Amino acid sequence: MYKEIRLAGSGGQGLITAGVILAEAAIAGGHEAVQTQSYGPEARGGASRADVIISDEAILYPKARKFDIFLALTQEAYDKFRGDLAPGGLLIIDSDLVDPAGDRGAKAVPITAAVKKNFGERMPPNVMALGVIHGMMPLVAERKLLDTVKNRVPQKSVDKNVKAFKMGIKMGKAFVDQPAAPSNDADL
Amino acid sequence: MTTPNRIILDKYLRHNKKFPHIWCPGCGIGIVLAALLRAIDRTGWTKDEIVLVSGIGCSSRAPVYVDFNTLHTAHGRALPFATGIKAARPPLKVIVFTGDGDCAAIGGNHLIHACRRNIDITTVVVNNYIYGMTGGQQSPTTPEGMKATTATRGVIDQPFHIAELAASAGATFAARSTTYHAKELESFILKGLEHKGFSLVEAISQAPVCFGRRNGMGDPVEMVKREKELAIPISKTAGMTFEEKKDKIVTGIIEEREAQEWTDLYAGVKKTAGEE
Amino acid sequence: MKKKNGQLLQGNEAVVEGALYAGCSFYAGYPITPSTEIAEVLSVKLPERGGTFIQMEDEIASIGACLGASLAGAKSMTATSGPGFSLMQELIGYGVISEIPMVLVNVMRFGPSTGLPTSPSQGDVMQARWGTHGDHPIIVLTADSVPETFEMTVKAFNFSEKYRIPVILLLDEVVGHMREKITIPAEGEVKVVDRLKPEMPPEWYAPYADTNTGVPPMAAFGDGYRHHVTGLVHDAQGFPTAKPEEVVSGMDRLFSKISRGFSEVCITEELYCDDAKTIILSYGAAARSARDAVETMRADGEKVGLIKLKTLWPFPKAALEKYEKSVENIIVAEMNRGQIYREVWRVARGRWQVGKALAPYGNMLTPDMILDVARKVTK
Repeated sequence: MYKEIRLAGSGGQGLITAGVILAEAAIAGGHEAVQTQSYGPEARGGASRADVIISDEAILYPKARKFDIFLALTQEAYDKFRGDLAPGGLLIIDSDLVDPAGDRGAKAVPITAAVKKNFGERMPPNVMALGVIHGMMPLVAERKLLDTVKNRVPQKSVDKNVKAFKMGIKMGKAFVDQPAAPSNDADL
Repeated sequence: MTTPNRIILDKYLRHNKKFPHIWCPGCGIGIVLAALLRAIDRTGWTKDEIVLVSGIGCSSRAPVYVDFNTLHTAHGRALPFATGIKAARPPLKVIVFTGDGDCAAIGGNHLIHACRRNIDITTVVVNNYIYGMTGGQQSPTTPEGMKATTATRGVIDQPFHIAELAASAGATFAARSTTYHAKELESFILKGLEHKGFSLVEAISQAPVCFGRRNGMGDPVEMVKREKELAIPISKTAGMTFEEKKDKIVTGIIEEREAQEWTDLYAGVKKTAGEE
Repeated sequence: MKKKNGQLLQGNEAVVEGALYAGCSFYAGYPITPSTEIAEVLSVKLPERGGTFIQMEDEIASIGACLGASLAGAKSMTATSGPGFSLMQELIGYGVISEIPMVLVNVMRFGPSTGLPTSPSQGDVMQARWGTHGDHPIIVLTADSVPETFEMTVKAFNFSEKYRIPVILLLDEVVGHMREKITIPAEGEVKVVDRLKPEMPPEWYAPYADTNTGVPPMAAFGDGYRHHVTGLVHDAQGFPTAKPEEVVSGMDRLFSKISRGFSEVCITEELYCDDAKTIILSYGAAARSARDAVETMRADGEKVGLIKLKTLWPFPKAALEKYEKSVENIIVAEMNRGQIYREVWRVARGRWQVGKALAPYGNMLTPDMILDVARKVTK
């Protein structure tokens, strides 16, 4: 296996934690994994990204180059960190917050809206996003992911996050077999 | 019963160190160092448990002459080194010997933060109003109007009052005396040494060559007499305005209070952390 | 918690684990991106192990406190980044001339002044060598991965203790913040060196006397070996001296104690160098890209090798000179405007063509950037 994943959004959405969870679960599953990040000076806001590479061999260059998964939760992060998808790569965007412009085949999922609706304004969307990814393209065993989520999120919000993760998986699975989002080409 | 100076010097000066010392004839640093040694002698501490730390400058040359664990650091940095020693090995008795430039200019930030931490270090500041080692430049305590090689038309900056500065930054003991009042100085240093927490004793001292000469203050004896004339005990300053006190040397204990000390507090942190 | 497949750790966390493994019991520091995690994690872990963490008022105070703590017998460390590293320079020299062991970690960020605080760079390589004033020896180590960061942190402590000198661990933002798999060695699995303590009676102790290794034993304050420590040039007793013969012997020993250890201190890793016509020389995060590029070119049948520096200073020139006859080109791959490139060019003395693949704008050097340069050379 060799997969490159980029999780892009704004500071405070917890995407670096999501990357850490993914990498940690991969290691628990016996793979090699590297997680790197790029971020601005802000603790909240600003475009940030986490890259995760999961492989069965030693990982040399640690940043993602051709994404098997590119997830974008804000327009700014989408515009800033969008790069090439690997063949068969998945483009996942937040349907309310990101306009994929000409990108055909973007899976537009209302992640942020679903998190807010079910868990309130203060819950970050990161773990549900992990669920969505897992629903669309499982990279590591669900059990390992779930265990890692439980270890990495704040103690008092474990239950909420487990729920969000499972909800995300359902949303992701539902999308896999659906036709691609309509292209905006016709509008141009 | 006080021990004669001769016995003190014999007990604490380094016999394998080549004298004479570097201080100018008539300089007050030796008086302050002797006061420190007499005070140390009265504590009953052993030489092995004492660390004397200094920075750079005339007064900071003192440690080399005395038979303790001695550390002559970089300019302004005596307190950070001392903090590291005390924090790493709290049973050691850590004393800083410094000057007005070393302590209040380049080391000023370290001074206020050492005060704020209330770490159990005693700092003796020899305040002779001038940079002596470099030949008489203005220091952060040079009084307004006085002359220095870098202020030949008179100093225009306001001076620091180091003991008050320390007290307001959180030092739990701060006092000031002069080389004229050598016995009082000794007793303040002793109080500082025995005080648990950060203590600072400011010793007003004469620099006849680098400061007195340029400012027409006469010989060392006249300079010391001037200290006596300008000194006013803090008990007599009630009701005096800032302007009235400005040219005086306010002597006495400026601050003395009890507060939790840093290494004690950190021992508590360790205990809690170890139990978690 | 021990995990059978190893654990995911950040480079900065690996510094912490390495420091604790090596016996670090004192940390003083000041927050600065991208090194701050080191302070944060140690503030939790040190007191749990009976050690001391103190947040100082600035970086000058931080290194000062570390030197003081070391004189009191503690293995001490501070961590910083560019601006803080600049502030620490004067006291690095103090540690060198007074022969005080400590470890200084600089997780490099981009640019002079505030620069790009969150962007990676390897721009402090020459500052680490020459930043403090006056001629002086120094040991500077680096690492390109999380496990190697652990390894080199332990080595940094070991060298500092063995040679009585501050050791700088020069990491970059990529390695400092990268998370990857590491299995922390069990206690006793990796050698840990402690400073030599005096055994003679205190009245015979000369803290700066020459010995058969050039490194005198070091007594801690409070151990009964009262002595004087100064940043002035000093004699064997530690007392200031300006006597020419004492200056000469004291200063020469400072250098020779390190040069006697070159073979141990200068650490490199070599890959496919035996038949290589072109060697890519790299270090830190850039070395990962260099290895990637070398593997790609080897797969294409090109005779390319890799020398990875784990020690930057003293510069491990013997590793290059081994291939004096067989190698034609050396390409230095680094994330600055050519700081090690200049050193390689100096060492080459015309024996090899020296090229460079650089990333001088706060970005990570990519394998493609190296391939672009290397393929032109091997064509």
